[in-house]
Amino acid sequence: MPNIKELEDLTTQVRRDIIRMVHKVNSGHPGGSLGCAEFFVSLYQDIMDRNESFDMDGINEDLFFLSNGHISPVYYSVLARSGYFPVEELNTFRLINTRLQGHPTTHEGLPGIRIASGSLGQGMSVAIGAAQAKKLNNDDKLVYSLHGDGELQEGQNWEAIMYASGKNVDNLISTIDLNQQQIDGSTDDVLPMGSLKAKFEAFGWTVVDIEKGNDITSIIDGLKEAKSLTGKGKPVCVLLHTVMGNGIDFMMHTHAWHGKAPNDEQLATGLAQNPETLGDY
Amino acid sequence: MKTYTYTEKKDTRSGFGAGLAELGRTNPNVVALCADLIGSLKMNEFIEENPDRFFQIGIAEANMMGIAAGLTIGGKIPFTGTFANFSTGRVYDQIRQSIAYSGKNVKICASHAGLTLGEDGATHQILEDIGLMKMLPGMIVINPCDYNQTKAATIAIADYDGPVYLRFGRPSVPIFTPADQKFEIGKAIKFTEGTDVTIVATGHLVWEALEASKVLNEAGISAEVINIHTIKPLDDKAILDSVAKTGCIVTAEEHNHLGGLGESVARVLAQHNPTPQEFVATNDTFGESGTPAQLMDKYGLNSDAIVKAVNNVIKRK
Repeated sequence: MPNIKELEDLTTQVRRDIIRMVHKVNSGHPGGSLGCAEFFVSLYQDIMDRNESFDMDGINEDLFFLSNGHISPVYYSVLARSGYFPVEELNTFRLINTRLQGHPTTHEGLPGIRIASGSLGQGMSVAIGAAQAKKLNNDDKLVYSLHGDGELQEGQNWEAIMYASGKNVDNLISTIDLNQQQIDGSTDDVLPMGSLKAKFEAFGWTVVDIEKGNDITSIIDGLKEAKSLTGKGKPVCVLLHTVMGNGIDFMMHTHAWHGKAPNDEQLATGLAQNPETLGDY
Repeated sequence: MKTYTYTEKKDTRSGFGAGLAELGRTNPNVVALCADLIGSLKMNEFIEENPDRFFQIGIAEANMMGIAAGLTIGGKIPFTGTFANFSTGRVYDQIRQSIAYSGKNVKICASHAGLTLGEDGATHQILEDIGLMKMLPGMIVINPCDYNQTKAATIAIADYDGPVYLRFGRPSVPIFTPADQKFEIGKAIKFTEGTDVTIVATGHLVWEALEASKVLNEAGISAEVINIHTIKPLDDKAILDSVAKTGCIVTAEEHNHLGGLGESVARVLAQHNPTPQEFVATNDTFGESGTPAQLMDKYGLNSDAIVKAVNNVIKRK
């Protein structure tokens, strides 16, 4: 298991990957990707019990589903750096004939991806189905999912949230990226959602808050707590309090970089703030 | 001319229920999901025999489609059950992204399709579902014609690896195909040999086409009746071989003429052998309340309408 310093170094490298990927094609979603870099690194490098080789059915291993598929840059970077495909392939992000489509898909056969996502609000239902398949298969491994906070404005989530507790899907840990930003502004400006903690609890979930959602130690501790709460009849929600654009000062605390690529100068600034650790792709 | 009779009528949805029950006994990977319509979909037998493999979702069809997609990850073969309207239009984006684009092995089983749903009216009578589903890349679209064919189709689609839309209906209709039939996805069935006109029909209109062929035969018109149970992939060869002989065609379906079987046939003919064609289908309209027979008469979806269409198309040869 890598130590915290190694995970932090990996996170720095992932940040470099993210902004280099979106800069090259002048498109993509760096803000939410950067905000979740520590989460992805912690999940794939420490928390999940996963097999080295990829198999779609994922029997006897933990599974992860990304519902807010637009943060594909962080997903691709961490998958590549976790050994699912060559890191050089990050060079092909969003280019014609790539397996690294703008939004993640199974369609091009990229190892690590088990469902297409992009149209929001669908991932929790899929994660529930996979979790129920694990129960049918007497497979005691867990299913993880990640969702944007703005994404919870999609109604299908609440069908899924109601179902998961009503049917005791207690091998599911769904994390909400609580960065309080969405494309048109802050979530409070666009559509106030009130207390998500109160809402999930009212729907019968156990809720774990990770206040420092960009601190690897806090994330690992919080996810370990979430794991300890599985198997007790209730699904587990992790509210991950993050900063959008984390790690690159001019991208932080704003929705402005939701779906915008840095220019050459901005890229240089961002890279200077995140010196190369494991080697660029 | 070969003629068809029947001794019993049953609803095609009961054929689905019987097929699902048989799959429950023979295929341990088959699981079923329903959005609060167990009785309407005739899923009771499967549920009684396999309670652990049944998922009652509640009135939440979008969630049902997503859960079905997730269940395939782990090797399950999910069959979802609800009305055709709620199986397609209501959940199009969920099917498109989580099932079709993701290539998931989900069987979307849709009852109460078309006008024959009857008195509930247009909110529930979807006449656009074939079009919606056939446009999705990789989606198989099947609309069987009677109880036996629906049962056989239900069993057959479990052996096909990929997304399938299976459409069936509410009313009791004649059983005229054999109980022991083997269902082949994409393979048309020729019911009668004919030389003057080809009638291609799907779903409830197949029996109507056979009835029409009897009337036409008495009038000296030899009709070749072909059952297209699989609208996608379409059996191009069966259609082209038949029109090469007859020189004209009538398509018949309980669906809008926009987006239905008729348009699929027209595409094949336009590309390979332009042929006069008449469409027995609804004409870009919603349905309304009424008995199934009244509605099929009012909207021109019965044997009388097929006879008229044949008389028109023959004049255009």
